Amino acid sequence: MTTTTAPTPRSARADERSASRPTMKAPRRRRPMTPGRIVALVVLALLALLWLIPVVWAVITSFKTEGEAAASPITILPESGWVLDAYTTTLSAGLVPRWAWNSLLTASAVTIITVVISALAGYALSRFNFVGSKALLAVIIASILIPAQILIVPLFQQMLLFNMVDTYWGVILPQVIAAPMVFILKKFFDQIPRALEEAALVDGASRLRILLQIVLPLSRPILGAVSIFVFIGAWNNFLWPFIVINRSELMTLPVGLQTVISAYGIQYAANMAQAVLAALPLIVLFVFFQRQIIKSISTTGIAGT
Amino acid sequence: MTTAPTRRRPPASSMQTEAREGLRLRRRSENVRGWLYCSPFLFFFLMFLVWPTVSGLYMSFTGRTLTGANTGWVGVENYVEAFADPEVWSSLANTVWFTVLSAVPLVVLALLLAVLVNTGLPGQWFWRLSFFLPYLLASTVISLFWTWLFNPQLGLLNTALGWAGLEPIQWLTDENWAMHSVVIATVWWTIGFNFLLYLAALQSIPDQLYEAAALDGAGTWRKFISITLPQLAPTTVLVVVLQILASLKIFDQIYQMTGGGPAGATRPILQYVYEVGFTGYRLGYASAISYIFFFSIIAISVVYTVAITRRRVK
Repeated sequence: MTTTTAPTPRSARADERSASRPTMKAPRRRRPMTPGRIVALVVLALLALLWLIPVVWAVITSFKTEGEAAASPITILPESGWVLDAYTTTLSAGLVPRWAWNSLLTASAVTIITVVISALAGYALSRFNFVGSKALLAVIIASILIPAQILIVPLFQQMLLFNMVDTYWGVILPQVIAAPMVFILKKFFDQIPRALEEAALVDGASRLRILLQIVLPLSRPILGAVSIFVFIGAWNNFLWPFIVINRSELMTLPVGLQTVISAYGIQYAANMAQAVLAALPLIVLFVFFQRQIIKSISTTGIAGT
Repeated sequence: MTTAPTRRRPPASSMQTEAREGLRLRRRSENVRGWLYCSPFLFFFLMFLVWPTVSGLYMSFTGRTLTGANTGWVGVENYVEAFADPEVWSSLANTVWFTVLSAVPLVVLALLLAVLVNTGLPGQWFWRLSFFLPYLLASTVISLFWTWLFNPQLGLLNTALGWAGLEPIQWLTDENWAMHSVVIATVWWTIGFNFLLYLAALQSIPDQLYEAAALDGAGTWRKFISITLPQLAPTTVLVVVLQILASLKIFDQIYQMTGGGPAGATRPILQYVYEVGFTGYRLGYASAISYIFFFSIIAISVVYTVAITRRRVK
């Protein structure tokens, strides 16, 4: 649990949490191996191999010497031994650690701000019957059609105006509007029984307190999934940071790597090591939260960025 | 927060009035609270979505440049120029072509993968991770991988073709192959998301449906056609919409793998916007092209929505 969770209250009780788990569950039964299932297994294994080869290939290459990585004809395994040169040079020289820090910082900030403002708006749209709420929801949903990429030109002008070109805020702020997330959170809050809150209301708890102490703890699975998707999107975003950042110390990993590649050409072993380092945090995150992510997708259908 | 500063004491005799008054006050406080809770989101929404959308539209009617020179209001001049600009049409065509080529496998193949995984074969987590893993990678990373796999001399693909006794292919530099190569990389990269959506949908189909069909003597194929596909229809609508919207926004991997080449054969519209605006410094003209693209997306969405609803009504 790193940077990705919304403010969670202290008194999350276990019984409350178990009540909220989405009910979707894959029936896991061991079935006998029929010929059909054997064919399916073989096809699936071949496809999985196809999907894994590029990744495995990159990892293997990152352990080769630069000379061997660029040799023709290609070698499959490092014949002159597995070496860490690519990693040590990447981490000791150059700006890769700095870029990783920038990525972590900006992606975390985007995630925290997005989740907080989306949860507040989602809660209001789910629970308060205020004038204009339907229209507001419609506008938010309609805005999904605006491709953020077409806004790069006016946004850049705006950043010049605010003196935010070449700053972290310039990277972060334009990324925090995630209309699909507001909608998804609203839908999830809608499913939580109101009776839970009414008891607290009668006891005189404020709405904000109810949100923090009852609704958000019940929404942990969806908050986790939303956070991870926002984080992945922000960590991997290329176009916007590429436009708004010019100073190399402030670049995020994807932008930094791209500038290195376009300046020096591809250095196979070094670049593969950088790629592995850039991908590692997200892979770890996914492995930890796999079950949660898949469950949440089933109930909502989170939209990608 | 005092929501009712002018609160009057209701006449003690009328309980009904009191209740109505209470309801009215509650409504009013709901209004204040609702907008208050939405305000942080609204602030960013107005600031970084509505404002640039409006200012971009305004800019598209001006001759503004990146260097600060502002030749002022030029009316629809930028739009007239854009419609006569062959580069706009070719990059728009490339974008649509990419969308067609990528959306079909990204929907069909994702469904196939999900159906295979959902047969309940052992090693669920492994299959899920295999197909979803690339989705976690940055565009820079996948471009790096695939530029290398596609490398005519050092690449794994041509090496494998060589083993099979086939001629090498100039994946990224042959005009006939470049777009297909980008599509291959993109399908590999992004299929995991659609795969997960389908997998989740498949797992929520009630078993009873299949059991009933089995009693009636339906085979595997029959069950797939008559139960699985219809049950997946809402998911398919969602997946297709999201995929088309995502594919139309293609920029990153093309910019990094081919730079739009060879000879502009893969250059998408967003890259043309980027070039006009940030290397050609013509922000006004770049905005106009953006808006032509935006209106095309709206038009596609409207046509799609109408088509879907009409089929539903039938």
